[in-house]
Formats: sequence, structure tokens, C-alpha cells
Amino acid sequence: MSTFPTSVLSQRTSGSRRSFLLAGAAGMLATRSVDAASPTKVKTQARIVIVGAGAAGLTAAARLSAALDGARITIIDPRREHFYQPGFTLVAAGIKPMDYVVSRTADYIPPGVELVTDRVAELDVDGKQVLTASGARHPYDFLIVATGMQLEYGLIEGMDAKLIGEHGIGSIYGGPQAAQATWRAMSAFADRGGRGVFLRPATEMKCAGAPLKYTFISEDYLTRRGTRSKSEVIYNSNNKALFSVPIVHEKVRMLFQARGIAVNYERVLKAIDPGRRIATFSTASGVEEQGYDFIHVIPPMRAPEVVRKSPLPWPADKNKAWSDEGWMEVDRATLRHVRYANVFGVGDIAGVPKGKTAASVKWQVPVAVDHIVAELAGGKSNALYNGYTSCPLITRLGQAMLIEFDYQNNLTPSFPGVIAPLEELWVSWVMKTMALKPTYISMLRGRA
Amino acid sequence: MKELDPFVLLAVFQEMLGPLLWPLVALVVLTAVAFVTLLVSERGVRSRRMLLAQAIGLLGGVFALWVMATVSSSGFTDAGGPADWVLIALVCVLGAAGTAILVYTVAGWVGHGRCPLCAVLRPKS
Repeated sequence: MSTFPTSVLSQRTSGSRRSFLLAGAAGMLATRSVDAASPTKVKTQARIVIVGAGAAGLTAAARLSAALDGARITIIDPRREHFYQPGFTLVAAGIKPMDYVVSRTADYIPPGVELVTDRVAELDVDGKQVLTASGARHPYDFLIVATGMQLEYGLIEGMDAKLIGEHGIGSIYGGPQAAQATWRAMSAFADRGGRGVFLRPATEMKCAGAPLKYTFISEDYLTRRGTRSKSEVIYNSNNKALFSVPIVHEKVRMLFQARGIAVNYERVLKAIDPGRRIATFSTASGVEEQGYDFIHVIPPMRAPEVVRKSPLPWPADKNKAWSDEGWMEVDRATLRHVRYANVFGVGDIAGVPKGKTAASVKWQVPVAVDHIVAELAGGKSNALYNGYTSCPLITRLGQAMLIEFDYQNNLTPSFPGVIAPLEELWVSWVMKTMALKPTYISMLRGRA
Repeated sequence: MKELDPFVLLAVFQEMLGPLLWPLVALVVLTAVAFVTLLVSERGVRSRRMLLAQAIGLLGGVFALWVMATVSSSGFTDAGGPADWVLIALVCVLGAAGTAILVYTVAGWVGHGRCPLCAVLRPKS
């Protein structure tokens, strides 16, 4: 891993990080947010198109709108609903209702920003325009790609998103309804007991802590409902680690051991037979069948087709896996596309190591926006993203570990000496359940 | 902490509390002003009233913990480390102190019939 020089912006990050994590929690202190914009707006006639109105797209729209005067900012997304994805785990844990994670995209569109409810059909980056399914053309001076990613349930033989909630199949990633259906399936499993099978895919994925969280939560429910003694809980990791940060892997390994959760390494789900309740995994030496009473399916994830078919993904000679999955070839420190200087990739679509999370969005978007604003002002930004991300890793109902780390696998605790990153704490749970959503919404509005 | 930014805190609290935020802020400010005014006008603390207020304040501390547990979907056995006990103590103390001050102030003004509202409502002899 390379190291990055400290920028003006990144020097300010630790204080702001705290505000993202803790603002609002029981009167705790909050600190200054990263201001991409200078106090005075930059006057410009620039056309900026944002593809995708998820966390990254909306945050970018809010920050650009606050920083620029006269820019024509267009944000394109076919979906009218906005999903608070960090809340999917809580819905699937029976902690929050489904409507906790659903709101309207239009509620977060800043004044002066045009929302186009349409599907993007082509990213014509050579022609500097975005084409939509309705045939409209959106020429741009700067393009921010924030499409998010695509869940590929169909790449698992026998699996279909419609099966979620049936035949002991759960999957919290599939959306609000899927999270709710997963809760029903897992709750029924916890009542009866049996064999619970958990896993993660071999692709890059969003919120890589969620597979672990849901394993812990399910095990906790079995214990609370008195069926743990007649149950097995098995976690299948796609590689030789439970978490990409070694010190976190080791902590999770110890917790799994203490909780009697069996671990298989190098298992990738290839097929599922819902009728017989058998999951087939590829292993280092062949295939293995595992019967289950409940299985938490996490599908392979890759870039949406519109990005995969554009010139934006990593080329195969530089990164075969990221090329196959279609992640954008962006500079990991600036989020600027390596070959198209007026294109930025933020959020899940960015081909950078680690961190496809809302916390990553919080730190990526201000950097990308800072570069665009500086360029429009005739200057140059030295803002850099150091890979910071965070994961409130729920280990049981009522407790979580607040894990924060960067590109170099360093733990980067916001409250060293107060909130230990590898300690199961109620305060971290409180942050996850109380403070995170208000802070996330504030981020969408460009206020945090 | 390098720099305090009350605007970030305000934004998050607005999202968290919604329309409750400003009434709660008003309640805190009004109580504080009324409490200080009462102390000045009475030239000190009335010990019997304060004792009663503190007793009720204890209930306020428990209530604050119950509210915290409810809104955070927590149980009462979830504390796992020192930071948790600090937060629990903070919530309890703030709840107890806030309730005690509120009760002391209300009892002081109502008991003496000094509040403008009391003056209006007091039956004329």
C-alpha cells in the first residue's frame, strides 16, 4: 500500500469524522465538517451531471450546489425512493420497521439542482454526454458517476431475489422488502433452531461488515429464544480471512470461537436448491454441499451494466478482478478518473480498495467536489482521500464494535482511549441506532 | 477535538428530533432563566424545596435512562465497557439534574404565585 501526503482537507478529517460518528449522541461533541466550498460561491456556467441519486450522488449535489453559483447541476436516477442502506441490518434484525429506511429522493434535492427521473442508457464519456432511456442527452463539463452497484443474485444457480423470505432464505442486501422478509425468515429459524449458514461473496461488496453482523445477530437470537443448544451456526468466508483488516479479522475470529460459530474458509456460494435446502459452495479443492435451515445469501456484486459497457472500468491488464466486475478506474486519493480528467467516481462504483460504505461516501465526495470547485475557480485542489471508512460491527443486540480504518489497514479510532475500536460496547450500538441516520441525512443535505 | 462546529451538531439534532427540537430548546432556556431569576429573587436556595426537587430528580434520572434505552432499542444489560458507564452516568445525571431544576423552579414560582400565569389564574378575593 502506498502512503499519501497529507492535504489541507485530510488534516481536518479527524475532527469531522467524529462529528459524522457521534454528532447528536447524548450531547457529545461535534466538530467542523469538511467544507468543500469556500464561504463565497464560485461563479460558473459549468454543466455538471451526476449519475445516481443515492448517498454519494445526493451528497455531491448538495455540496456542489452550496459551492457554485450559476452552475447547471443535473442528477439522474430512475428510482424515486431513497434507501437508507445502513439501516437494512436493523430492519432484518427486527429492530426497525421497513419504513425506517425508505424516503423520497426529491426531499434531498437542493434548490437549483434538476432531478431527472430516468434510466441512464449510455455514458458517452468521449462525447462528454449522458444519454438516458427516454432519448434525452445531457452534455456535461464534469461528470460524477455515483451509480452504486448491482446485486447479481442470478449468478448463483437456483437463486432468485424473489426467493428471499421463502425456504429459509434471507438476504438483507436486496432492499427494504428483502430486509423485512429476511427478518421473518430468520425469526422463524430462531424459534425452531437448526443449522444457520452464513457467507459472503467473492466479489467486491458493499458494507463488508454486514455478513458478520448478521451472523452475530442471528446467533444472538438463537440464544435469546433458547434454541442455541440445538443449533449450528456456520460462517463461510470467500477467502482466508474474516475481515480485510488483519487485526479485526483476529478479533472476529476470537468472538466467533467464543460464541461457538464454526468457520469455513475459501467457500464461495455457487448454487442453491431451495426445495431441498442445500447450498453448494466451491472450495479450494472442489465443491461442498451444506444443508441449512436458514441461509443468509449475499450475492456477487458488480458495476451496473451502463458502467461496465463504458470505457470507465479498470482495464484487465491493470486489475483483472476489478475489470471483470466493472469498477471505475479512479485515482484512489482524488477519485478522479485516470483517463478522463473531467470524470469522477464516488461511492460504491469507485474502483478503490475497501470501503463501499456511507462513511466512505462522507469522505470521498468532499474530495471530488473540492477538485471540481477548485478547477472551476481556476485553481487546483490538494484534497486527498486516505481510504477512511467505518463499520459499526454489531456483535449482539445492544452492542457493537466501532471499527474505523483506512487504505493501509490502520485502525483510525475517532475517540482513542475513550471508545476502543475492538471492544463490544453499548455506546457504539447507540451510535448505530440513534445518531447514524440523522447524521447520514445531514450528509445528504450537505450539512454534515 | 480541534474545532467545535455547532452547526453540524444543530443539523444532526434537527434530523434526530424533528419538530421537537425547538420546543425542547425553549424549555431548557426558559427553565434556566426562570431558575436563575428565582435564585436571585429569593437570595439563595430554599433547602426543603430543593430536597423535594432532588428526590423527584432521581425519578427523572431513571426516566432519562428508560427513554435512552427505548429510543436506542437497548436492553438494561448491554453495557460492555467503561465508555458505556460514562454514557449511562451522563444520561442519568443530566436527567436527574434537569428534572430537579425544573421541579424546583416550577414549585418556586407556582408556590409563591409569582408567575404571570399564576397571577392571572389566582382567584380574586
